[in-house]
Amino acid sequence: MIFLKLIVTNLRRHRIRSLISVTGVAFSVAAMLTVVSILQGAIGMFSNILSNDSQIIVFERDVSDLFFSSVPASAAAEISNLPMVAHANAVLFGVVASAGHPIITCFGVEPTDARIQKATWIAGDRSDFARNPDDVVLGARAAEFLSASVGSRVQLGHSTFRVMGVVKTTNGFEDGGVFMPLAAAQTFFHKEGTSSVVTVKLRNRDEAAAFNRMVQAKYPDLIALNDSEFSRTYSQFRILKATAWAVGGCGLLLGGLGVANTMIMSVFTRIREIAILRVNGFSHAQIGAVIFGEAAWVTALGAAAGLLAGVCILYALKSIPALDGYIDPSIHPLLMLVVLVLTLLTGVGGALYPAIYAMRVRAVEALRFE
Amino acid sequence: MVVRTADLWKSYDDGAVTVLKGIDFACFEGHSVALCGPSGCGKSTLLHLIAGLDTPDRGSVWVNGIEVDRHRDLLSLLRHEIGIVFQLHNLIPDLTLEENCLIPAVAAGVNQRVAKDRLRELAERTGLSHRRNHRVQKLSGGERQRTALCRALMNRPKILLADEPTGSLDETTGGMVFDLLLELVAGEGVTLLMATHDRILASRCDRMMEMRAGKIHEPVLAH
Repeated sequence: MIFLKLIVTNLRRHRIRSLISVTGVAFSVAAMLTVVSILQGAIGMFSNILSNDSQIIVFERDVSDLFFSSVPASAAAEISNLPMVAHANAVLFGVVASAGHPIITCFGVEPTDARIQKATWIAGDRSDFARNPDDVVLGARAAEFLSASVGSRVQLGHSTFRVMGVVKTTNGFEDGGVFMPLAAAQTFFHKEGTSSVVTVKLRNRDEAAAFNRMVQAKYPDLIALNDSEFSRTYSQFRILKATAWAVGGCGLLLGGLGVANTMIMSVFTRIREIAILRVNGFSHAQIGAVIFGEAAWVTALGAAAGLLAGVCILYALKSIPALDGYIDPSIHPLLMLVVLVLTLLTGVGGALYPAIYAMRVRAVEALRFE
Repeated sequence: MVVRTADLWKSYDDGAVTVLKGIDFACFEGHSVALCGPSGCGKSTLLHLIAGLDTPDRGSVWVNGIEVDRHRDLLSLLRHEIGIVFQLHNLIPDLTLEENCLIPAVAAGVNQRVAKDRLRELAERTGLSHRRNHRVQKLSGGERQRTALCRALMNRPKILLADEPTGSLDETTGGMVFDLLLELVAGEGVTLLMATHDRILASRCDRMMEMRAGKIHEPVLAH
């Protein structure tokens, strides 16, 4: 109890300083959680686009970005006809500009694609999709920012299309995107006879490994990956994840430096007290424990506040209409654990030098310190 | 002999100021010894060397027959053999009287119940029972110094080193604290080694030694 009091007493003595330190750690934790969660959420959403009612993605091997991937239509057809395949859909990704909107994602899809069949149609009839090559379906948010409704015409690139339907999806990329019949998209993007990916659902999920091996043997230029494997290995996702952790890590480092600064100040202001403890038999380890304990309190309080702030920030961002569908406010427990452990380690790391300094305090000299 | 020093030398500022110049003295169990002398004559330095808080340039200190410099565990010396009272009470202001006194027990890992019983006993003997849960800031100067005395005796040390224990108190309060100090060390059988420049107080100890120019001169038996 006395030990605990020795730890917290200095925090209570310098309330403003303690509050600033806790706030610094909280901001670091909130920043890390927010950045990592947003990017992981974005990755998750992009993965969902690919894995919509499918288990395996087939795309061009060694391609840096799926927008550059090219899967021949012949391969897509052969894969579709394999006995182990329940269904396979070729999807072409493209990016197009419209007045005031430089980037709109286009999905060239077949009428049987889950994106068309399982989406919530706000307007239009799904059975009419691909009946006319000039028809497009807009995601609800795309319809909103393009000010379009069923029957109106929208300018996409150098062409004009008629809106035949508006769909609502939970995925921000799809909700802000345009769906075109695959053949029309191939013509529009000058990629006749190819698609970006083929999404595959097997009759028996256990045959996934055999299917992947077969694809790699038969089509050396293609690669087939399970959804989870794809999310883990796709280079763009890896770059995004690394960036998120690097940015978050920098935030955390700043928080750690804040803790270090606080603890150095703390040791200097209580140097006489440390000497009193030494004279009364406190060991180096016990002195160190007091300093580390104080840092741990600052860090733990900051981490808790940061966690709360992070969740609030994510919910606040999600409530912004333009970001709806792009942000998943739920923080993965593992991410939470990793961030908390990293924060505690940073806090303790920040207290390392002050603790060593405190342990080396010479009682005789420190007792003369005013 | 509880404390013995042999040819003890200590200087500061890279040898520019030599405070102790070959101190040889011995102190016997249960005795109260006063070290007299003007400020800066080395009384405090000598006490620090005996407590192991500082190291001599040359010479040796023995406490209970063990050389302090070679003491395997200086912590053990501070936890069990020696109690220290300073001129300033050196209490932690945010803690209560009880918490301050329990610090040596916490350091030494003494059972909490045992430590609290001991504190109750010391508080009674020093007239501080009613102040146990008061914060140090609420205590008077005399009460603070009595608290420091309780803390120093908490782990039943064999030697009490007191560095001008009444130096920061007025004459009346100082006299009362000193009476209590003598009463406690006599009651506990503790050896007292006290630095003071107050010759009247010093004369009440079993033995008085004069420190001048870094040496002990003419040890005088007070009684």
